[in-house]
Amino acid sequence: MRRFFLIAVPFVWLLVLFLVPFLIVLKISLSDAALARPPYTPHFEWAEGIWAFFSQLDFENFVFLTSDSLYWKAYLSSLQIAVISTFLTLLIGYPIAYGMARAPEEWRPTLMMLVILPFWTSFLIRVYAWMGILSKEGLLNQFLLWSGIINEPLVILNTNTAVYIGIVYTYLPFMILPIYAALDRMDGSLIEAAEDLGCSRLTAFWLVTVPLSRNGIIAGCFLVFIPAMGEFVIPSLLGGSRTLMIGKVLWEEFFSNRDWPVASAVAVVLLLILIVPIMLFQRNQQKQAEAEQ
Amino acid sequence: MKLHLTTLTAVLALGTSVAFAEEVRVYNWSDYIDEELLSKFEEETGITLIYDVFDSNEVLETKMLAGGSGYDVVVPTADFLQRQITAGAFQKLDKSQLANHNNMWDVIENRTAQYDEGNAYSINYMWGTTGLGLNVKKVKEVLGEDAPINSLELILQPENMEKLAKCGVYFLDAPTEIIPLTLKYLGENPDSNDPEVIAKAEGPLMAVRPYITKFHSSEYINALANGEICVAVGWSGDVLQARDRAAEADNGVEIAYNAFTEGSLMWFDQMAIPIDAPNPKGAHVFLNFIMDAQNMAAASNYVYFANGNKASQEFLEEDVIGDTAIYPDEETVKNLYTKSPYPSKVQRVVTRLWTKVKSGT
Repeated sequence: MRRFFLIAVPFVWLLVLFLVPFLIVLKISLSDAALARPPYTPHFEWAEGIWAFFSQLDFENFVFLTSDSLYWKAYLSSLQIAVISTFLTLLIGYPIAYGMARAPEEWRPTLMMLVILPFWTSFLIRVYAWMGILSKEGLLNQFLLWSGIINEPLVILNTNTAVYIGIVYTYLPFMILPIYAALDRMDGSLIEAAEDLGCSRLTAFWLVTVPLSRNGIIAGCFLVFIPAMGEFVIPSLLGGSRTLMIGKVLWEEFFSNRDWPVASAVAVVLLLILIVPIMLFQRNQQKQAEAEQ
Repeated sequence: MKLHLTTLTAVLALGTSVAFAEEVRVYNWSDYIDEELLSKFEEETGITLIYDVFDSNEVLETKMLAGGSGYDVVVPTADFLQRQITAGAFQKLDKSQLANHNNMWDVIENRTAQYDEGNAYSINYMWGTTGLGLNVKKVKEVLGEDAPINSLELILQPENMEKLAKCGVYFLDAPTEIIPLTLKYLGENPDSNDPEVIAKAEGPLMAVRPYITKFHSSEYINALANGEICVAVGWSGDVLQARDRAAEADNGVEIAYNAFTEGSLMWFDQMAIPIDAPNPKGAHVFLNFIMDAQNMAAASNYVYFANGNKASQEFLEEDVIGDTAIYPDEETVKNLYTKSPYPSKVQRVVTRLWTKVKSGT
């Protein structure tokens, strides 16, 4: 009985917070837009029986997504931004996590605190702060002009560069923490053994440390990639009007076109695109858990 | 936003002592009221006022169509209001609770009746025109003394825009404003709902697109005042607020507002009560308070927008009622045009065109 409750809790959680909202979105994506409150007419009624239900399914909103190049371009551009920023986050996050794991024991809680500290301020305020740093009259340009490195202010705000900076900055802790956890658990004597057997420090790093932190790297990459893909706030505040991301397209469908059904179809497709990496992530986590047992 | 936070904290502080005080929740445009009026309302009526702000009709409309917004008074622009009335988002006003209603100005009421028949659902709050916010000195530095500073040519001729790009140009992020004015420039009917006519706006907009710094509907107030940009396509009163902020900052920036000689879009922001307002009675009290001649005059004196309240005109300051940028003269009024709402199929064409203009895709 106790076991049943233990299993039931996460299932109820998933049912209420994932499956039910998803079904509602799916239902809206199969409806027609209308000038009403709420602005769509359901295409089918659950009550009419299962056959009536299946015969009435209408995928016109999904077909519509293929008729305009805007949508796949936006998906691709989001994918590109998410992949590049995940890579950059890894590039910056790994050395930080490595440094933390190699730091003297008594320093580690402080370093950990410093990584988590930014979360104490609202995410929105931190992104706004970047607007102040990156703008034409902003701190960065003022500093560079003052130090004589540049003569003309750099245009960074409202470009894709600013979006990358924003995403990398925001999601860096999600990369550092799992990698740090993996490196922290690593047995230091393995490196000594590798060096005893003739590895240089660099080779030991590549052959021993990196493979052993693999799970941390994978976890970190997914934790950055998945939210970055659907990101809306960072591109709309830091990006220019040329920054095309699916989150923004979804906003336009929802707010400007008042077309909830198409907006829902965009969301369902985004979920399908993300479900592949999410499932890979799950499998990786499971394998890791099994390996530990 | 600042205003929103201060009222919110005030409300939270009050909430602990008078937990059951009556509340009215108002959702209005940003930078659109004299804050002193808000505390005056609370003092006079004893009703707690919760005042939130937005900067796009689209955001408001989505809240209205979703329902359950929790607001008692909202302020959509007339063409959006008309569509929301059709969708059943508002309740009819009870004029018997609005003693100050006879203060309203028939000239404006006749125009708003095109959107809200008999003005049954709404009262006019402010109205204005969409035109040019200019840092005249900078524009003349770039384009020479004979720059077309009151013409659509300034912002839609690529050779002008190429030069202006250096000092910065903002456009409203509002397709329902920019597409009609582009059609006006082309000599087409700005109120057209014909997708083929609307499509003609793409050419001129794409041609000047590379020189537009940003599309945004509220940031241009500060950007103009700081001297960060030299031209903004914006709303009359917002530009005049920028003018005042620059004068207060004493930073040598001088801002002016010009309507287009070809004709400017005239818009009306209307106060209405959502169908599911938690406190419709309180909402009527708020509307009646706003329609008071002196209160309405205080609001206009503060935000530099004209209002639809005839009785308020005797309390308006000379730099408001006497400024043709705010209360245009007869000749300009004749030249103004209005826009009816786009049908939903056409709206999709408009949004798609707008996305294309903004993102190049």
